[in-house]
Amino acid sequence: MNGFAGTGRLVRLALWRDRLVIPAWVLGMGAFLVATTAMFQEQYARHPALLEPDTRIVVENPGMRVLGLVTGPHVGGYTLHRDALVLAVLAAMMSVLAVVRHTRQAEELGREEMLRAGAVGRYSSLMAAVIVALAANLVLAALLGLGMVVAGQPVAGSVIAGASIASVGIAFTGVAAVTAQLSSTARGATGLSSAALGLAFLLAALGNMLGTVDSAALRVTSAWPAWLSPIGWGQQMRPFADNLWWPLGLSLPATTVLFGMSVVLAGRRDVGRGLLPERRGAPHATPALSSPIGLVRRQQRAVLLGWAIGLLGFGLVFGALSAQIEGLEGEATEWYAAFGGDAGLLGAYWASMMQIAGMAVAVYVVTLLLRLHHDEAQGMLESVLGTAVSRLRWLGAYAVNALVGATLLILVFATAMGVTGGQALGGTVSLLRDLFGAALVQLPAIGTLGAAVVVLITALPRWSVGLSWALTVFTIFAGPMFGPSLDLPTWLLDLSPFTHVPNAPAEAVGVGPILGLGLTCALLAVAGMSLLRRRNLTLPA
Amino acid sequence: MRAAVKLVIEEVIPVATAITISGLVKDFGPRSRALDALNLQVRTGEVHGFLGPNGAGKTTTIRVLLGMLRADAGRVSVLGGDPWRDAVALHRRLAYVPGEVNLWPNLTGGEAIDLLGDLRGGLDADRREALLERFQLDPTKKIRAYSKGNRQKVALVAAFSSDVELYLLDEPTSGLDPLMESVFQDVVQELRAAGRSILLSSHILSEVEALCDRVTIIRAGRAAESGTFDELRHLTRTSVVVDTAVPPTSVARWRGVHDARVHDSHAEFSVDPGELNNVLEHLVGLQVRSMITSPPTLEELFKRHYGEDTVPARGSGAEVVTSR
Repeated sequence: MNGFAGTGRLVRLALWRDRLVIPAWVLGMGAFLVATTAMFQEQYARHPALLEPDTRIVVENPGMRVLGLVTGPHVGGYTLHRDALVLAVLAAMMSVLAVVRHTRQAEELGREEMLRAGAVGRYSSLMAAVIVALAANLVLAALLGLGMVVAGQPVAGSVIAGASIASVGIAFTGVAAVTAQLSSTARGATGLSSAALGLAFLLAALGNMLGTVDSAALRVTSAWPAWLSPIGWGQQMRPFADNLWWPLGLSLPATTVLFGMSVVLAGRRDVGRGLLPERRGAPHATPALSSPIGLVRRQQRAVLLGWAIGLLGFGLVFGALSAQIEGLEGEATEWYAAFGGDAGLLGAYWASMMQIAGMAVAVYVVTLLLRLHHDEAQGMLESVLGTAVSRLRWLGAYAVNALVGATLLILVFATAMGVTGGQALGGTVSLLRDLFGAALVQLPAIGTLGAAVVVLITALPRWSVGLSWALTVFTIFAGPMFGPSLDLPTWLLDLSPFTHVPNAPAEAVGVGPILGLGLTCALLAVAGMSLLRRRNLTLPA
Repeated sequence: MRAAVKLVIEEVIPVATAITISGLVKDFGPRSRALDALNLQVRTGEVHGFLGPNGAGKTTTIRVLLGMLRADAGRVSVLGGDPWRDAVALHRRLAYVPGEVNLWPNLTGGEAIDLLGDLRGGLDADRREALLERFQLDPTKKIRAYSKGNRQKVALVAAFSSDVELYLLDEPTSGLDPLMESVFQDVVQELRAAGRSILLSSHILSEVEALCDRVTIIRAGRAAESGTFDELRHLTRTSVVVDTAVPPTSVARWRGVHDARVHDSHAEFSVDPGELNNVLEHLVGLQVRSMITSPPTLEELFKRHYGEDTVPARGSGAEVVTSR
């Protein structure tokens, strides 16, 4: 077992390095679940008669089933319909980032070389990273279960709930262990894992949407695609109803197999290299590359392509669902009606989907803009600003790429949804026109979040990454998808730019919110620019 | 082969100084003074060595010269402009090689060279090819596949491919092999012959001696010394080893003598530059049988200026001696 020598010491190193990051993830997720569970517990204690009809809404409506499964009328289960998907994605990302941080990133930065020059085995870092991620997920499972008990839920269901969410984190620990061997960069490894996560979500969502509803409209039997996804496996544990343990019999062996694969792959490659081939490239830069804008585009093109494919897939699926939405009746209509007043269910459905896509695109914009900080902290900026490029031109290159990328992505989504939606309902051309309009009104809100991130990067460079993500998560939770159901005060909801996005195409677009968002975006951008011009750069020593 | 790819560099009309720094102060936080009233002058057309121990403030100085850090006090002029205010305009006329070359891992070396050249306002394609050949750099490899030395070469080729007035080089040869080191020295000599100005920060003393017209030694954020090598040598003690017929017991008491060690008729000591004649007069009286005097080696020169605990030679540690 020489290949694993020194693992114990590396586990301690990883735990020490993660002593703030992992507790922050776990506690944040726990607090979120406790708060929402307590809120629903109190709400249904006041109106117990509403629980069953509310459950029927989310069971009957295929669009709502995208978020997850609810089985039987139960407060805990109903809460998880709101929270489980978000928590599962967060658990997966926590695990992926932890594994990549201690494996591929350490190699990329040359730390692995230092470690391996000691009496440290070939697989020790990988093993240590997996151990730490698994431990984090075990703590997460316990904490989430405990949190639901504290918020007044039965013990058995709470424990299953914690385990079902952590099982997704555990499965993606295995996925990241493999992707860290495939790609030679940390970004690439994280990107591949994220793509797998997107696929897992799509399969689970598709399986649930295509599932069959029982006669009482309180239980969905998922279609086969859900059984191909770790997120689906977690949902099939059906906490607070069936309380099944056996779906863990799918995710745990899958994780073991993935880890085994990663060890085999790690044994076949050189330190610092990936398994995906390292090709030679062009001896000259093309004119398209030779500008700050071209450089950013080049750095971002693979990521943009991945996002475009993802949004294309979601758009096609959500568009195809339009026909089923039109057939909805009863209480299921109320949720969408909030997005569109009396203008009809379909318009409200499209408005809600477009806003969700807008928030997703905003996440893309934040990842892109955070490269501003990456350039500065990693030293690439030093070479660029050593030439005849001004700070504002460098910032402008990112702004242009963010704007073009965001427009492209949201239009891809609108096109995909229009094509399959038009196929299902007829009237493709007018639907496309409506959806393009609805897509473009998302941009001012996306731009406002982007400009706020720029201000953070220029004002507080060292803290900008954490603060930017905190801001992004806040604006999404205070936005129209979660905000109203979280019972947040109005002034807090108003702080999120997404709250002010018009409900197009369900309602006419008012000029006020667009102008307001545009102006806020411009003011923040100016603030960011003037801060950037004044401060010292934080270059590597 | 080398002659065939010699660089063609046009003459420029000289101005007085390429870089003037006076009283430069740079603080990082309240109790962290990186530069403390630094003075530095690089004349047009000279290769100026910039020396100092690790952490003395060399890289900070260069980043101020590039407008990446803002001076807290003092006057800084690069090619007649203010590096903070006129950064972009000045950067068209200068090229920079950072000490730690961090480039985009997924670009090839050739792409990075073109990109940096274009961002500076264009590069000379013939020079680029000539330099690639002289530095033996394969431009089709991805940056992440290059060794440290090869990454350094990418930055050097990118900088030297542009015909500019001033080159700022921050430990540019730290990863190069001896053959590449000599290619680097040849290129710098050609640039000097063409009247270009170069600020060269380096720890490689032989390189500094071979290339630099004048040097400035910086310590703890202040210029400790500045001048030509001869001038610096004149400021430093000569070491003497002598055998005399009469035992030289009184050596340690003579004016200007330091570190004296006497053993029977043998003495070893160092002498302040101004007192050599005086010491000789004493020695004549003791009947010298053999005598070796040696000027300070570069190593000694630098160690004396770098080390904090050694006794400073006369003139050093005092305010800077810039313009001579």
